[in-house]
Amino acid sequence: MTQGALEHSHKPVNWVAEVPEYKGILSWITSIDHKQLGLLYIMSAFGFLIVGALLGLTIRMQLMFPMAHVVNQGQYNQIFTMHGTTMVFFVGMPLLFGFAVYLTPLMIGARDMAFPRLNSFGYWVYIFGAIMLFFSFLAGGGPEAGWFAYPPLSEKGYLFNSGQNYWALSLFVTGLGSVATGINLIVTILTMRAPGMTLKRVPLFVWMILMDAFLVTFSLPALNAALVMILFDRILNTHFFDATVGGSPLLWQHFFWFFGHPEVYILILPGWGAVSEVIPVFSRKLLFGAGIMAASTVAITFLSFGVWVHHMFTTGLGTAPLYIFAVTSLLIAVPTGIKVWSWLATMWGGKLRFSVSMLHAMAFLIQFTIGGLSGVGFAVIPIDWQLTDSYFVVAHFHYVLVGGMLFSLISGVYYWYPKATGRMMSETLGLWQFWLFVIGFNGTFFVMHILGILGMPRRVWTYPVGMPGWAELNFFSSCCSIILVGSLLLFVYNLIWSFYHGKTAGPNPWNAWTLEWLADSPPIAENFERVPVVRSRRPLWDLEFGSGGDGDGEGQHA
Amino acid sequence: MHNTAHASAPSQPKHPLDTNLKVDRNILGMALFIGSESVFFLLLILAYVNFHNQYGTGAMAAWHLDVVKTGIFSIALFASSGTLWLAERAHAKQSGMAFFWMIVTIGLGTTFIAGQGMEYAELIRENLTISRDMFGSTFFTLTGFHGFHVIVGLILLSIALWIMARGKKQHEITEVGLTCVSMYWHFVDVVWVAVFSVVYLWRFIK
Repeated sequence: MTQGALEHSHKPVNWVAEVPEYKGILSWITSIDHKQLGLLYIMSAFGFLIVGALLGLTIRMQLMFPMAHVVNQGQYNQIFTMHGTTMVFFVGMPLLFGFAVYLTPLMIGARDMAFPRLNSFGYWVYIFGAIMLFFSFLAGGGPEAGWFAYPPLSEKGYLFNSGQNYWALSLFVTGLGSVATGINLIVTILTMRAPGMTLKRVPLFVWMILMDAFLVTFSLPALNAALVMILFDRILNTHFFDATVGGSPLLWQHFFWFFGHPEVYILILPGWGAVSEVIPVFSRKLLFGAGIMAASTVAITFLSFGVWVHHMFTTGLGTAPLYIFAVTSLLIAVPTGIKVWSWLATMWGGKLRFSVSMLHAMAFLIQFTIGGLSGVGFAVIPIDWQLTDSYFVVAHFHYVLVGGMLFSLISGVYYWYPKATGRMMSETLGLWQFWLFVIGFNGTFFVMHILGILGMPRRVWTYPVGMPGWAELNFFSSCCSIILVGSLLLFVYNLIWSFYHGKTAGPNPWNAWTLEWLADSPPIAENFERVPVVRSRRPLWDLEFGSGGDGDGEGQHA
Repeated sequence: MHNTAHASAPSQPKHPLDTNLKVDRNILGMALFIGSESVFFLLLILAYVNFHNQYGTGAMAAWHLDVVKTGIFSIALFASSGTLWLAERAHAKQSGMAFFWMIVTIGLGTTFIAGQGMEYAELIRENLTISRDMFGSTFFTLTGFHGFHVIVGLILLSIALWIMARGKKQHEITEVGLTCVSMYWHFVDVVWVAVFSVVYLWRFIK
């Protein structure tokens, strides 16, 4: 070890800005290093998060008062379409890929991804797709058909500006990059683990990413096929979804949601992975039921391909499909419930440390459970019939995607920021940000449950004066949305402030156990000087206290 | 110091505790890519099937396809899978025949594409275009994407051939590289088995 250290000529670096390999903008543009690409993904995602949040804020300003006229109807359609599309494809996807490509090689003790150039391809194709979508505003107006672009509205006869073409093209190229990165992640996890790192010993985060990558690889091509058809309908005059010539708008719904429902799990799985690392470390306990946690993830991966029709309960498919998909949709709640149970049981009796990261994870647990419960409600067909296309749906998926995904991944940012940058994030700013985030988020979206039950449909440009409760609840929601956007800006400010002023972190500031904390903070370009043989789920515990730190029996004899 | 490089580099001997999948990462990557592509083609085929009996136009239009002519060109494509297998076998034996069988494979693939081009020209002359009806939309989208994949396969095969030809020895392309190209080519071939059955042979089922 000492000999090896001597031979390394460069002095130890404890700030990512001083890593010699990362100096200069060219080193970032041409990089095939998984850490640089991971950071590029995450920074781009937060950039688009601010754009998407401001679009969302505009929606809330328009709905603040009845009969308001902040933007006109056409602009409003473009804004909610771009809000949804941006948040799903240009915030959610790159954020999860950023975490995945940054952490996976470090956690399994590899030097890089299996295909570093393909990794770089995935990132730049994503940026290209995002630029193409936003370029549509300069080319005669953005897309207007909502993020799931139902025909006939998305057909040429109804939307004849080019925005919808840009939408389809942009998501198509981004989808190609996503498939490439999905394949890359699977191959990395299956062929590049360190000696002794069996699949039973990889961190839960890696398990979630493995399943996530399978979902990406096998569901994105469904979206791509649907996008090709809508694009051909619009530019080559085919009739796939054009009912006047025999096409079927319903076919789009089937194809889109065959991708769209797995997509929900694509977005949430990495967040679950992050929380599965954060909660044990800040409870000072092993994750409760790690095996069943991995197994339930596999179950969700398979089941998520068989529930898409619950997005289409009101399209008149007949009784049998409704019952079948109601049952599968109820079924998928079981493995999800097991996860919530496991996280709670991990905290139970633990020595809790309420860091900002842990606070986000705990808020995630509560909010995600609310979103999950309202989701199970939709599997019950009469409830779905009553509440579909209302603000209740908007409340439900924001609880899952903001309260669930964003909270858990921001928890992950607080947790892994010291690893990536070498600096700790400010806990003071973090506490302010956390509480503003909780108040702003719940204030904005909880009342939407009630608005939905009171009958407010989603995607309306405005609403008349005198609807019972609508004006008051919308006003309250809009006020809280300002706090929500403020908390996100404060979060970005904290990222930048801590980069320059944060305390030096050292390799393992949280006393964690997984392999990425063995590397320097920031990790050297090769990740590890020397990868140890892994003998349990907690390799760093083994290094410090000798083997036998957890119940992984087979490891102790290896 | 020899220990500092990561343990899973292919050039290094396997660690006794290595539990990774014992398959080349390029081959695994290609297999996953093929899986992903299968979903894409499955949906295009489902769209064709879904609209086949719409207003009867699909089933009627399918009768106008020239099964015999396309069948002959299909045999060229199916045969190319066999010749590529021969090329791979010859390459493994470091035999000069690899070069020959690669050229035959590319020739057969090009024949198939030429046949598809002639078929398209004939249909368009008969005013059966992509925008005419549901049959046109689904037929040209499905077979067109397959044709596009054949062309990509021909480009890959040509690159492999070029690498073979460029070197002083003929064996410069690795076995793995050739295996990946051939996996892709066989996949494109198998897709055509499905497409040909659904589009051209369905009408014979009473």
